[in-house]
Amino acid sequence: MSAASASPATLPPAGLDGLDPKWSQLVTTPGLDGDGRTWHVLDNQVPDPTLTLLCVHGNPTWSYIWRDLIARAPANVRVVAIDHLDMGYSERTGTTRRLTQRIDDLCALTEALGLTGPVVTVAHDWGGPISLGWAQRHRSQMSGIVLMNTAVHQPEGSRAPTLIRMVRTRGVLKNICVKTPAFIRGTLALARPRLSAPIREAYRAPYSSSGRRAAIAAFVEDIPLSEDHPSYRVLEGIATDLGTFADVPALLLWGPSDPVFSDRYLRDLAQRLPGAEIHRFIGSGHLLPEDADIASVVHTWLEHLEPQAVPVPDLEADRAPLWAALERRADDDTNAIVEMGPDGEDASVTFAELNADVRRMAAGLADLGVERGDRVSLLVPPGIDLAVCVYACWRIGAVVVLADAGLGARGMGRALASANPAYLIGIPRALAAARTLGWPGARISTSALLGVQERVLDVVATLDELRRRGEDLPVPPPPGPLDEAAIGFTSGSTGPAKGVTYRHHQLQAQRDAIIELYNIDESDSLVAAFGPFALFGPSIGIPSVVPDMKVTSPGSLTAQALAEAVQVVRATLVFASPAALNNVVVTADAMSPDLAEAMEGVRLLMSAGAPVPAAVLRAVGEVLPNAEPHTPYGMTEVMPVADISLAEIDTAGPGNGVCVGEPIDGVEVAISALDARGEATGPLTDESGLTGEVCIRAAHMREGYDKLWMTDHAASQPVGWHRSGDVGHFDDDGRLWIEGRMGHIVTTETGPVTPVGIEHAVATLPDVASAAVVGVGPAGVQRVVVVVVPMNAGRRPDLADEDLSDRVRALVGTTDVAAILTVRSLPVDKRHNSKIDRSRVARWAERVLAGGRMGPI
Amino acid sequence: MKVLVTGATSLIGRTLAVRLRDRGDQVTTFQRRPSGLGVVEHLGDVADSAAVAAAVVGVDAVVHVAGLAAVSGPWADFERTNVGGTRNVINAAKQAGVGRFVHVSSPSVAHGGRSLVGVPAGPADPDRARSHYARSKAYGELVALSANSSDLSVVAIRPHLIWGPGDTQLVERIVERARARKLAIIGSGASLIDTIYIDNAADALVAALDRAPSLGGRAFVVTNGQPRPVREVLGRIVMAAGLAPPRFKVPYVVARVGGSAVERIWERRGVEEDPPMTRFLAEQLGTAHWFDQRETRRALQWEPVVSLSEGFDRLRAWFAEQDPE
Repeated sequence: MSAASASPATLPPAGLDGLDPKWSQLVTTPGLDGDGRTWHVLDNQVPDPTLTLLCVHGNPTWSYIWRDLIARAPANVRVVAIDHLDMGYSERTGTTRRLTQRIDDLCALTEALGLTGPVVTVAHDWGGPISLGWAQRHRSQMSGIVLMNTAVHQPEGSRAPTLIRMVRTRGVLKNICVKTPAFIRGTLALARPRLSAPIREAYRAPYSSSGRRAAIAAFVEDIPLSEDHPSYRVLEGIATDLGTFADVPALLLWGPSDPVFSDRYLRDLAQRLPGAEIHRFIGSGHLLPEDADIASVVHTWLEHLEPQAVPVPDLEADRAPLWAALERRADDDTNAIVEMGPDGEDASVTFAELNADVRRMAAGLADLGVERGDRVSLLVPPGIDLAVCVYACWRIGAVVVLADAGLGARGMGRALASANPAYLIGIPRALAAARTLGWPGARISTSALLGVQERVLDVVATLDELRRRGEDLPVPPPPGPLDEAAIGFTSGSTGPAKGVTYRHHQLQAQRDAIIELYNIDESDSLVAAFGPFALFGPSIGIPSVVPDMKVTSPGSLTAQALAEAVQVVRATLVFASPAALNNVVVTADAMSPDLAEAMEGVRLLMSAGAPVPAAVLRAVGEVLPNAEPHTPYGMTEVMPVADISLAEIDTAGPGNGVCVGEPIDGVEVAISALDARGEATGPLTDESGLTGEVCIRAAHMREGYDKLWMTDHAASQPVGWHRSGDVGHFDDDGRLWIEGRMGHIVTTETGPVTPVGIEHAVATLPDVASAAVVGVGPAGVQRVVVVVVPMNAGRRPDLADEDLSDRVRALVGTTDVAAILTVRSLPVDKRHNSKIDRSRVARWAERVLAGGRMGPI
Repeated sequence: MKVLVTGATSLIGRTLAVRLRDRGDQVTTFQRRPSGLGVVEHLGDVADSAAVAAAVVGVDAVVHVAGLAAVSGPWADFERTNVGGTRNVINAAKQAGVGRFVHVSSPSVAHGGRSLVGVPAGPADPDRARSHYARSKAYGELVALSANSSDLSVVAIRPHLIWGPGDTQLVERIVERARARKLAIIGSGASLIDTIYIDNAADALVAALDRAPSLGGRAFVVTNGQPRPVREVLGRIVMAAGLAPPRFKVPYVVARVGGSAVERIWERRGVEEDPPMTRFLAEQLGTAHWFDQRETRRALQWEPVVSLSEGFDRLRAWFAEQDPE
């Protein structure tokens, strides 16, 4: 027990960064501890509010952490942010206060404040349990719960107790919390990015002497880690009781890079509040209110506290389950999947075998404990094992998590941490990575491992074991169309990859859309040289073959490998990425002439994943003489949206952007026009010639973004639509043109400028290989900069000479181009190896054109 | 309108006087040497308050262009002309009951040496000014704007790097150096800088004069709204004179440190001619400075009519006339 000095509450000193002195109030709670106590609270004092936010800070911060939430509060919302007693600028009582006392304290304070009417509690860190304790006693007032990086329970395996125990070691606690400001400094150092000096000073201001810091140690000491701790029962009570708030809207905001409150705590809270909206701010940490713009998210969420009319999914079309085609061909002894190896056919499975294997695997997974709704990440290259696992998961209602290697190791780690799968099925190399990098999920190996390896990798089963276990077991009942089926990831070319969720009915609709678009029937067969499509064959019910190529490097597909794959199943369809096609063209001469005949049987070539140069499509015509080249337009969130053939590309000719064709049947596409600031604020329209954000509605659209409530909300306006983030327009013939990404719009004084049209025009110069158009300067007065890759680029980046500058400006026309820079190459995304990373180019140009060193991009 | 233009021997003063005269204003000028413009002239120094007072009598408006624009020299010279001279002209205008006063200032009055990227006109700040010239212009602008009242509308216009045919400040110095093969690029030469073609600058001053009653007390940066890498600006000017664009580069740090040293030596020795480099010049050429023109254009209801490429064409034609070879 610390004998801390006592002193009354005071107002904060003037001049603390971002803190408006008129918010600060001193409040007395008469009778508390006998003679009453004085508090410091921040209160915007909105009269007759429709809602009050009661903001409760943690340890060792103070109400200052909520300043942004107050400054940007909507007109009718009162925000009250309290300083706990012995914390911030509230009274130093000289007592030690435990959780129960602190809840009593808070109740006394809100009574003194006359806090009636609807309340949303907002809490961070150990403010969480206190706010929830208050909520238990004010149920009728509770209109919402917002929690950030907090906990009500110690989940098994969390590291936090270790850290807390370390801090609580005799002697250490007082030293780092009270005698020195080490705990405060340490907490402030967790901010990402680093806090500015004035903000750090403001956090430290109320804790200037050891006498003012006693409660910091008391807070740490009050964390119950064992059942005999005085606060254990209270906290357990709060945790257990949380489920009774199921009807209160809840928002969980999380900074995952938190050494104390890791994702385990988020999962624990999410399980207790199953209806909660979740937004994980990737890259943010413990001091979330400093790291991320939580004010926007909280205030946006408040606008939607009233339940909205959720659009009922279009389930009219009674679609077949994803595995229906397998059951239909259960007695079919023709090949369903063929995996090609370096020396020809490597492995194959018939429809009958595949169906039986999926059934076995489904039962085996269920026996292992995989339940409906469990997430299973699949780190397995396209082929038979992947198909078996995916269809087995779907069959029992498990959700497949597909993080592809194109995200890079770091991107995959982030993606998997976010999806947080319960199981991870992988090839041994992937399991080793998962083990080393701490990727979540109980590990299942695709192949048998040596005993040592099995122990080291901590594997719970192998696929063959599961097959054996499932052999004679019944398969659990199948999921319904509304059950979650899959999580894919955006390419992450604009920020961290986002998890995109699909339900069964959406994937069924996607399958049906593809069948209809390309008139696919059971006489067809497919070469899938593009990851995602390797999974469609079994669903459509046609044979598919995976050619011999490196999964991580689509450019490794040779004409020979493609032709061998085509011949094996007498393929009529070829799906390949642009990079793969490029290499097919390059290696066409080395193809065995006897394979040419098989290539004549291909009727359709589909290439997607990135804009496909018409020249590549044309050149492939030499290799696949009877194939009509098509390129669909779409994105991770909805695919396909539109489709265009080579002939149609030629008809469309050049224009402002890339022509992606007309929307396919069943897909609605509309444009939300840009305003002067380059934001898509216009109503949805299909008016031609109007540039804006491409908005899409389709039955085969994603369900939402995983644990990214704000992202999901922003991308789903109006409700039921998907805002693609692409900017484009319709031409007079109803064709859609893509002009770039919303984030890459250059906002000039004369209005928004989109990049793709200019880039294409500049790339028509005979001595130019490619170009990127970016903006420099503040939004609204940005200048257009063209970064050119000349055919004969010098080693170092440079300003273009006057001649090239003149020719570029002449092509661009009326838009003023401030500078033309030359580089050897432009940065592109990992997954497609073709999308220009314009954000990175822009940051570089901004630096260089402001007098920075002309270094590499 | 009866308008007095001070400093009518400078390119901008002369161009403005002609423009006002041609549109029917009664123009008189005040400067040390005859301008040859064929308008009523008062000869004198702005530091001479009596001469200034005499020139201001009876006019409706003053456009105060006169000033000392040099890259080096003793502070006293700058103070005398740019601060004292401005005080004399503004006081005389107040005394004489003049209604409008357009003060020609410089964007350097708000330039603390860092890059300025798409910013609006900041307040003049003598304490942060990076050269005697900039500091004296900052004080001068503060003197002028503080005289704004309901009787006298004072507007400050800060043209950014005026150039055009006949310009002795920027164009002539650059071309001379290029001829002497002494023109170097500071750093990569990629810093974006704003400039303004002479005709556009004159138009902006006319616009400020016409709208002065609604703009009193405000300062506006005026530019062509077409920032370019400094190397491109130098290159286009030099090419207009028929010379090869500069290729010689000096690292920014070297230029800045070297410039400071040269500045001190020049000051100590009292050398008359311009030093090859000053810290101020290094900063001006090595950092970006371009501006948000939206408020300027809205308030002045003015747009530049001569684009940079048109301006460079005219400059080339002018050089060709000068030197018919």
